[in-house]
Amino acid sequence: MADLVKFTINGQELEAPAGMLLIEAAKQNGIEIPSFCYYEGYSLQAACRMCLVEVERMPKMQVACTLPVSAGMVVRTETDQVNAARKSTLEFLLTNHPLDCPVCDKGGECELQDMVFRYGAGESRYTETKIHVDEQQWSPVVFYDAPRCILCFRCVRACDEGMGVSALGVINRGAMSLIAPNKGDHLECDECGQCIDICPVGALTSGAYRYQTRPWEMEHVGTICTHCSDGCKTTLGVRNDEIVRGNNRDRSGVNGEFLCIKGRYGFDFSEHADRLQSPMIRVNGKLEEVSWSKALETISKKFAEVKAKGGKFGVIGSNQTTNEENYYLQKFARQGLGTNNIDHHRTGDVVTLVDALSGTTGRLAKSVDFYEGKAVLVIGADLAVEHPFLAFQIRANFRHHEAHVYAVTAETVREDLVATRSVRAIRGEELSALEGLREALAAEKDLVIVFGDSIKGDKVRSLVEYGQSLGIPVSYCALVDYSNSRGAIDMGLVPELNPGFHASNVAGATIDELLAANDLAALWVIGSNPLEKAKVAASKAFVVVQDLFLTETAQRADVVLPSASAYEKNGTVTNGCGEVQRLKRASATMGTKTDLEIIGLIAKEMGLAALMGPWLPETVYAEIRKNVKGYDIPLPLVTIGAQQTAPVNGRVGVDSRPDLIRSSHDNLFTSGTLGRYSTVLNSVIEGRQSR
Amino acid sequence: MTFSPELEARFEKFLAKYPADRKRSAVIPMLVYAQDETEAITQELIEEVAKRCGVTQLQVDEVVGFYSMLHKKPQGKFHVQICTNISCLLVGGAELWEQACKKTGIGHKQNSADGRISLEEVECIGACSWAPAVQVNYDFYHFVTPGQLDKLLDGLAAGKKPEEITDVKKVSC
Repeated sequence: MADLVKFTINGQELEAPAGMLLIEAAKQNGIEIPSFCYYEGYSLQAACRMCLVEVERMPKMQVACTLPVSAGMVVRTETDQVNAARKSTLEFLLTNHPLDCPVCDKGGECELQDMVFRYGAGESRYTETKIHVDEQQWSPVVFYDAPRCILCFRCVRACDEGMGVSALGVINRGAMSLIAPNKGDHLECDECGQCIDICPVGALTSGAYRYQTRPWEMEHVGTICTHCSDGCKTTLGVRNDEIVRGNNRDRSGVNGEFLCIKGRYGFDFSEHADRLQSPMIRVNGKLEEVSWSKALETISKKFAEVKAKGGKFGVIGSNQTTNEENYYLQKFARQGLGTNNIDHHRTGDVVTLVDALSGTTGRLAKSVDFYEGKAVLVIGADLAVEHPFLAFQIRANFRHHEAHVYAVTAETVREDLVATRSVRAIRGEELSALEGLREALAAEKDLVIVFGDSIKGDKVRSLVEYGQSLGIPVSYCALVDYSNSRGAIDMGLVPELNPGFHASNVAGATIDELLAANDLAALWVIGSNPLEKAKVAASKAFVVVQDLFLTETAQRADVVLPSASAYEKNGTVTNGCGEVQRLKRASATMGTKTDLEIIGLIAKEMGLAALMGPWLPETVYAEIRKNVKGYDIPLPLVTIGAQQTAPVNGRVGVDSRPDLIRSSHDNLFTSGTLGRYSTVLNSVIEGRQSR
Repeated sequence: MTFSPELEARFEKFLAKYPADRKRSAVIPMLVYAQDETEAITQELIEEVAKRCGVTQLQVDEVVGFYSMLHKKPQGKFHVQICTNISCLLVGGAELWEQACKKTGIGHKQNSADGRISLEEVECIGACSWAPAVQVNYDFYHFVTPGQLDKLLDGLAAGKKPEEITDVKKVSC
């Protein structure tokens, strides 16, 4: 850290590192200097003139956003002159800014509105007609109202520097300046919506939220995005039990303000018209709606019958249900139904990684390591497309800390833009390219290695060997697909593993074996769609499906139970970096129940309630803390922020079955079965196809 | 897109002048000289310059929109630019401008019907010592009087080249 210097703001003696920007130094001492164009983390613009302050011995007022503090500096931020200057700046900004605040989405949480309110630029000397430009729609997500734009260029920098997309620019000059999209009249970008949320005024608005509500009419629920495994926190704006917006302006969670299109707008599946709202039972070949009690009775009878006869059970869990649900499910399967035939769609080889790292500690990368590590090596993954948050972290790391980035991938990736070295290697053979990087990597201070599903089984072991041979601290991250893919493994939704990576004594059947088994008597699928591309070989198998939608799997079911989505339940999930975070219920869909409750009700119906314990997320979490190694983290800690779990520090001792590890490689606009029910994701895909 | 061999050679010189990762520095000079050859900055030219300088089209668009001397519409064969900034204004620049508009019947950034002349009221052209000044394409006219401007415009309208209008003294730059 640079040396501290002493300086004075408004008569207060303060300290800050030499060279820190005055606006930041003031902020960390609790003094607000207003600004529009300055935005922490992005390059300096000095365009808005809002942050003018008086500095002694300097002839004119200075812009605090580009002025570094120095020893003995005497600053005044709230004098008459400063206030008058800010008032004039606002008066100037309002020359063309329309006063349509009553219908503007930003009204009530608008930075310009707040500033005018504070400095009182209520009257204007400008009588010229305001320049008007019609509103434009640039994509299903992004709308632009040029007259409202105050040309702070935050959006341009967020897109260029933050996202590495550079889809926005400024055309024309002076009062005629306009923000312009990269394709003339439309945008071709990540559709992440960063530009919209960072806009201090209502110039950029989102298709999802515009004209939906006034901001003060919403309740805000901080929960975890249910799409990919990066585990971004999204704060859902809820009005009348309906989610109307997602963002994370309070910068809580591992992701700060970052969200991709899925976290910001991909909540719309929960309102989809096809949501199941009633249990259904197959009668004469057709699914018919029935009451919950009838459905539960049918299931428990059948399950009890199969159990009594010693028939073969199969349980397929989800990549998106909570840790509590996963734990509860495997407990019910193993102890209640007496089967080890429990599996889920495996998407990354965490098991081998944990095994290969046995005997070491702190070798699993955290989300923050991608931002703070001195070097990052990306192997076999297009991060910007499949794990946008991790890619964002890496770009920010490069920008702020000049981190060295290495990419070993089959195709060009966005990381190339910031990479020290990019190497192209055939998918699956990435490791052969690593020797060429040995010298460069060994010279780094530390390294984060992140790898996709092309590195699995023995390749993970080779990679860890390689990493450990570099002689520098290396941490690893095995990428997985969905919001709780990691939790599914940790909680033992794997036939060969009990919760906490404990090898199970009785090897159960895997997902492929279950689907292929002719003697399968009952199949229970929770929040998964294994039959999208496969069939159940046992034609007589009794199939129970809990899902949000009538998926291919649900269509084969004998009983379908409508379950609540991740945004409709409490609990915890674990992201790809092994960080546990808390889900909070934002809304509800009539007729549905959480998977936890459904499992509990089936257990109760079968007379196993005492064995299973109450289906309260907190109670089950307490049991997880006791029984799952690494998860002994008090709930309040999980509530305030992500906590990395520390899995077993010893050999796992099972075959991770690399043949079953198949990532879906979802891109920015797909998200497994769930993505098919997101209107916004589909509209982006359709928009591109129609061009 | 192909350009004349002279222009291609010029482009090569520009691109060689800047470090390999700063090729974008060549955007402005390339646009300036290319627009003379292509008469205006076309979409095709923008795409070509973007490609050659390794930037996005939008980044070239930003430059084109910002600089008033880069023009997307073709100008007249002779682009008559009259300065009305302070030095020229004090010694009759504004009157010259009005006279030119009246005489040609066209206004700011407009072209004559036959495409020979276009007018532009420009900001300071750096000829304050010789005000009032007029610029035609890349050539300057110093201490311009109303009579000289008339002759210049008459001559250009009649199909003469600037160098053939001998009674108005041209200063080459």
